[in-house]
Amino acid sequence: MAHVSVRNVSRSFGAHKALDDVSIDFPDGGFYALLGPSGSGKTTLLRLIAGFDFPDEGQIAIDGDSVERVPVEKRRIGMMFQNYALFPNMSVRDNVGFGLSVRGEPRHKMAAEVQAALDLVQLGSLGERRPHQLSGGQRQRVALARAFVTRPRVLLLDEPLSALDKALRVDMQFELKRIQREIGITTIFVTHDQEEALTMSDRIGILRDGRLVQEGPPDETYERPGSAFAATFLGDANICEGIAIEGGIRLANGTEINIEKPVKGCTRCAIRPERIRIATSGAPIPAGDNRLHGTILRRVFAGNIITYFVDCSGLELKVLVQNDGSIQPYINDAVRLHWSKASTVPIVSD
Amino acid sequence: MAGQRRNEIGRAVPLLAPAYLWLTVAIFLPLSAMIFFSFMTGLPNTGKPWSFTLQNYAAFFQEDIYWRLLLSSLRLAAEVTFWCLIIGFPAAYALAKLLKGRMREAIFLLIILPFWSNGLVRIFSWAMVLREGGLLDTTLNAILPFKISIDLMYSYPAIVIGLVHSYVPYMVLTCYLTLQAIDDSLIEAARSLGASRWQTLRRIIVPLALPGVIAGAALIFVPVVGSFMEPRILGGRTGTFYGTVIEDQFVAVFNWPLGAALSFILLAVVLVVLALASPVLRRATS
Ligand SMILES: Nc1ncnc2c1ncn2[C@@H]1O[C@H](COP(=O)(O)OP(=O)(O)OP(=O)(O)O)[C@@H](O)[C@H]1O
Ligand SMILES: [Mg+2]
Repeated sequence: MAHVSVRNVSRSFGAHKALDDVSIDFPDGGFYALLGPSGSGKTTLLRLIAGFDFPDEGQIAIDGDSVERVPVEKRRIGMMFQNYALFPNMSVRDNVGFGLSVRGEPRHKMAAEVQAALDLVQLGSLGERRPHQLSGGQRQRVALARAFVTRPRVLLLDEPLSALDKALRVDMQFELKRIQREIGITTIFVTHDQEEALTMSDRIGILRDGRLVQEGPPDETYERPGSAFAATFLGDANICEGIAIEGGIRLANGTEINIEKPVKGCTRCAIRPERIRIATSGAPIPAGDNRLHGTILRRVFAGNIITYFVDCSGLELKVLVQNDGSIQPYINDAVRLHWSKASTVPIVSD
Repeated sequence: MAGQRRNEIGRAVPLLAPAYLWLTVAIFLPLSAMIFFSFMTGLPNTGKPWSFTLQNYAAFFQEDIYWRLLLSSLRLAAEVTFWCLIIGFPAAYALAKLLKGRMREAIFLLIILPFWSNGLVRIFSWAMVLREGGLLDTTLNAILPFKISIDLMYSYPAIVIGLVHSYVPYMVLTCYLTLQAIDDSLIEAARSLGASRWQTLRRIIVPLALPGVIAGAALIFVPVVGSFMEPRILGGRTGTFYGTVIEDQFVAVFNWPLGAALSFILLAVVLVVLALASPVLRRATS
């Protein structure tokens, strides 16, 4: 249970700014997902919060107290490393129990807690194994159990589920969320998987080149991306660029796109591929919708959804269609596309 | 499967052959000759008649001077190994985990330096430092307000100092190799789980570095038990050890058979010591 605040933190490695004036509030008991491309500074931020590294500028506080002078072992954090960092000289059980044993917890109490943690990550029967005798996914779960068994104030997870297969991953997402809610640990979670970030977290922060470019609850972050980068990094988006006109923008090919809440002087907008509809021939299009004529260039079949790439006189749009059993258009078919003004998001920065 | 394994051995033979050929010529043949000598009453090339005997080995058990000397040699080796560990391990840790880049190279060089200098030069420079009116004595008297007389020359400590200086690089090197193979994230993980620096050292770093410590200890212990140069030069009259007695048999008394027999007894004792230590060490490393 703790509130973590990062204030104007910068950290450079030589001339390279790994973090550049980042401020984030991690709410007490919340689940915060940090997203960003490789090298954007996610691990660096976790290391600063953990106390393995120190900011060049700015403050980090846990529960309102600056942790500048608090050594790692006194910060009461649980960290799960990107490479797991399991102790090769110890069994799985001793790995998980390490944090409890250095606190001098009595043996029988420790054994019970370790077993409970192992059961929680579905490794109850592998306690006597050594880390090198485990699969990648099993190692990952040991690392997770080791990080939360000490009931830390803050749980820092660096891509904790990346090595798991889909089914196990969904299982672990569920367990992780349950553990987190049960113990009420403030959790900061680094992931590359946008779906994971969206489904699990209460808040999302997107880092790019060491700067925080967007932050907010998952739905808001997804619906209202502030930049072209955020729009395409979290989910997929068609970015249209033109010149600013009253109520929207005009594209190079003359098409006008209307925006519900236009921003003055804004020359770009983003449309999520799943918001664009392909109108069945003859069916009416809701009044006020943006509409375009186009030809299907490519079609990608992915089972439950079909992705179309549609050419609208020079503008290529990506369209997602639910494979709901209705008759779907094919390559070279002429189609009418439409989407609501509300689904058109003005983009003001890169 | 089995065929494949045979194939592997087939491929290993040409790679191993030079090493084994060299070992046969350089070690095995002379060693066999020595074993042969150790059972003889005298050397054949002196022209005197000779016969086979067990007397050379019996001598070790008849006169308690030999096993007394062997015991003090073992003690010397244990002490030297201990000091090498005390000095070498922290140095190796600093090199592997605290220093980076240029600084590391420079410090490394300073530690390896004794390796590159001639053994005799090294010992005689210690003699200059340790004797009365020598470097240590003069310096301390220049600094301290009262008069003290430091004459470590020809004493047991002098032998230990000289030997530790010669052998500490082994400990630094072997420990350095295992220490730098320890991933920093293991240390960070331990700290994040609440372990103090000391607990991290005791429960993570030392166990993981133990193979290096053991290798270093074995590399130091074995030659020090049989050492003769340092005890003789730095120890003077106090410097009579098992190794010096063996040396005497070869270069002074010319009793090669006895020297050879004493050497093989030493070899056997060292092997027994290592064998006794190995289960303990194996338990500690696993
Ligand atoms: N110790 C270091 N020395 C020098 N540069 C570093 C160091 N640690 C990180 N960097 C640099 O800082 C930047 C951010 O690194 P960081 O590890 O935080 O990225 P990340 O967002 O975690 O990436 P990934 O998703 O690949 O794990 C990178 O460009 C990296 O090269
Ligand atoms: Mg990372």
